[in-house]
Amino acid sequence: MSTVAVAHEHHAEHPRGIWRWITTTNHKDIGTLYLCFSLLMFFVGGAFAMLIRAELFTPGMQLMDPLFFNEMTTLHGLVMIFGAIMPAFVGLANWMIPMMIGAPDMALPRMNNWSFWILPFAMLLLLSTLFMPGGAPAGGWTMYPPLMLQTGIAFPFTIFAIHLMGISSVMGAINIIATILNLRAPGMSLMKMPMFVWSWLITAYLLIAVMPVLAGAVTMELMDKYFGTSFFNAAGGGDPILYQHVFWFFGHPEVYIMILPAFGIISEIIPTFSRKPLFGYSSMVYAIASIAFLSFIVWAHHMFTVGMPLAADLFFMFSTMLIAVPTGVKVFNWTATMWRGSLSFETPMLFAIAFLFLFTIGGFSGVMLALVPADWQYHQTYFVVAHFHYVLVTGAAFAIMGGVYYWLPKWTGHMYNEKLAKTHFWLTAISANVLYFPMHFLGLAGMPRRIPDYPVQFTDLNQIVSIGGFVFGASQLLFVACIILCVRGGKKAEARVWEGAHGLEWTLPSPPPYHSFTEPPAPNLIWAHPYRND
Amino acid sequence: MSAEAHAGNRYYIPNGTHWPIIGSVGLFTTAVGAATWLEDMDFGKYLFVLGLLILFGMMFGWFGTVIRESLSGTYNTQVDRSFRWGMTFFIFSEVMFFGAFFGALFYARVFVQPWLGGASNSLFTNLLLWKGYEPTWPSNGPAGLGGAFEAMKPLGIPALNTLILLSSGLTVTLAHWSLKEDNRKKLIFFLSLTVILGFSFVVLQAHEYIHAYTEQNLTLGSGIYGTTFFMLTGFHGLHVTIGAIMLTVILVRAIRGHFTPQNHFAFEAVTWYWHFVDVVWLGLYIFVYWL
Ligand code: HEM
Ligand SMILES: [Cu+2]
Repeated sequence: MSTVAVAHEHHAEHPRGIWRWITTTNHKDIGTLYLCFSLLMFFVGGAFAMLIRAELFTPGMQLMDPLFFNEMTTLHGLVMIFGAIMPAFVGLANWMIPMMIGAPDMALPRMNNWSFWILPFAMLLLLSTLFMPGGAPAGGWTMYPPLMLQTGIAFPFTIFAIHLMGISSVMGAINIIATILNLRAPGMSLMKMPMFVWSWLITAYLLIAVMPVLAGAVTMELMDKYFGTSFFNAAGGGDPILYQHVFWFFGHPEVYIMILPAFGIISEIIPTFSRKPLFGYSSMVYAIASIAFLSFIVWAHHMFTVGMPLAADLFFMFSTMLIAVPTGVKVFNWTATMWRGSLSFETPMLFAIAFLFLFTIGGFSGVMLALVPADWQYHQTYFVVAHFHYVLVTGAAFAIMGGVYYWLPKWTGHMYNEKLAKTHFWLTAISANVLYFPMHFLGLAGMPRRIPDYPVQFTDLNQIVSIGGFVFGASQLLFVACIILCVRGGKKAEARVWEGAHGLEWTLPSPPPYHSFTEPPAPNLIWAHPYRND
Repeated sequence: MSAEAHAGNRYYIPNGTHWPIIGSVGLFTTAVGAATWLEDMDFGKYLFVLGLLILFGMMFGWFGTVIRESLSGTYNTQVDRSFRWGMTFFIFSEVMFFGAFFGALFYARVFVQPWLGGASNSLFTNLLLWKGYEPTWPSNGPAGLGGAFEAMKPLGIPALNTLILLSSGLTVTLAHWSLKEDNRKKLIFFLSLTVILGFSFVVLQAHEYIHAYTEQNLTLGSGIYGTTFFMLTGFHGLHVTIGAIMLTVILVRAIRGHFTPQNHFAFEAVTWYWHFVDVVWLGLYIFVYWL
């Protein structure tokens, strides 16, 4: 029997309503679920951030007690990382990878469903802690012992939530690797893969390598608290610093897990709107691979102040600064791609250019933090908060937003409202800088992070930051509006939505058929991707 | 819920499935049960067991579906390759999980012990907090948590267990060869032997634990030595148990004539897993029992 025919017959049999979404094995359905879930979590985590900024609007305590403030910073971090950023990238991977490599679906569709459907339950576990006696976890998203061990009933719920998220991520990553290695259309060698696919191949590898380590770290905490083990107890020959090593062995690759797919998206958008092939395709691949490799040997740059031996401080300082080299290669290549291109500035391109500038600022502050003597001054101040919000919000989140605008017409078959989207972009880009840039100064002046009150001399900058925060938060409603309007209607999108776009996903109609490629695409199409002139 | 699926000459895409959502409910129930149980709420243990039952049911159903599809010839070589990549990377994730605990062991022995004794830049840690503490291994720390204990010795049960696991690696390979020769009798013989060896390991390990708790005063609470010993061997023992159960499933399937010399991915996946468990044990034997 022919696959095409069968695929179409099956279309009619799909269950409808909620049951369809619960039982689906389709990569587009699951991608949509991931993206919607991520958007929801973006607003939940965003609401926590608004509370934080409201409390910090003036010195003194106004809205909440300090414990609740700490619960907010902890949950904000956990929800944004595990609920918003990571699922958004997995959602994009689900939607785009099969279409980009000429496959009908993901390699392991049932497991794909499970990867997603664990997530809402994990978040339910985590968020339910808000309503428990003793409150939600308040020790920061890094969950250091012994502080974390003082959490009340929320403690085991948090740990198990982390376990579930880990299972979900690992299964999702296994699926992505199997898909990329096994379902590429004939003729698509590894070095002809779109950059987004490359970035995800390496990200998935990182995920499988480090999520189990996080599971190990929190399991050790669980054992210490309930079963009398001594992992982090010096009296028994353990060491609380051990937790930090295990955690950051996960934690640093984790931050690259949140930025490599963003690199992939930017490498798709910039060539399209520059109408030029990506500059230095193979060096981009090698750069991602070396970043991934280096990310395993830099973890203790988060621990310069814990009293490691000097040799360790030095080693981690130099290895960290080394990462700036492949990162620099990428920034250079993106810029060179735009050089003498015939540029146009649709919303995805605006986000990509903003990414280029603002992520680079985050990279620079990262290099500053990598200097041991400087970090002794900056550590645990708002300077670190500024650094990681530049790389994660104006970096990762901007890339996600740019990617959503870039592919939304492909997904829905409609163009989004360009005017509204540009308004969203400008409000977001400006408010993000109002929000995050002054944090550098606050940090340099000595304002510690994770603290609900501050001396009066920090008031002005904090008020600017808070105002930026409120505008940023409100602007995201425009994002939702753009998406909803686009799903509901709009100008009909063509198969090749953007004039300069190349690649297999643009050979499918918009919206694409339920099973993307039921037959492998002709090999001559594979060459028509945006990285080579030939 | 249809397990029916369609296969073309090239691609295989299953229909919708309800097993994952059951699995998620199972995981959620298990987690809530365990958390409430840990926080001394009585209903916790019932929830926990209920969650595990749901999970077992899910696995039974899900794997059952896959086995039926496999037997009906639904899968092509591409699906087979996807399964192989999936299993490979699953085992890699397990390696990293054990890596975290081995890392903790090495860190505790190589760094924490000397530092508690005042080495490197930790002189004041020693002088102010643990004056007079001499680093040793095995150790239950400067406060001697759990009281004096007798450490594990490499000879005796651990050596026997090493022998058992290594031979089981051999017998499972012999079983594989028999399968490839299409010799079902031999396959079933060697597979049964492997299952017996696997469960013997678990029994001996349980015996060793009981002995440790009752005779050696060696418990989870015996400082960092007890911690690393029981956590590493405990997680390993859990994996051996799971592996032995999987081997049993494979044995039952072999008896029912499920595998062909060409087509037996499930069999191979279990052998990979078994070899992985084997290699972890070698690491344990060297670094936990011996050195
Ligand atoms: C050029 C590249 C980078 C360098 C050299 C760098 C360096 C550093 C250093 C040294 C710290 C520790 C600061 C301290 O706590 O005192 C840090 C913190 C952090 N970085 Fe980066 N970084 C880089 C890129 C990134 C990227 C791409 C991301 C994420 C997408 C990221 C996310 C973070 C986060 C989340 C933290 C704070 C973790 C916490 O303490 O909660 N960094 N970075
Ligand atoms: Cu880092």
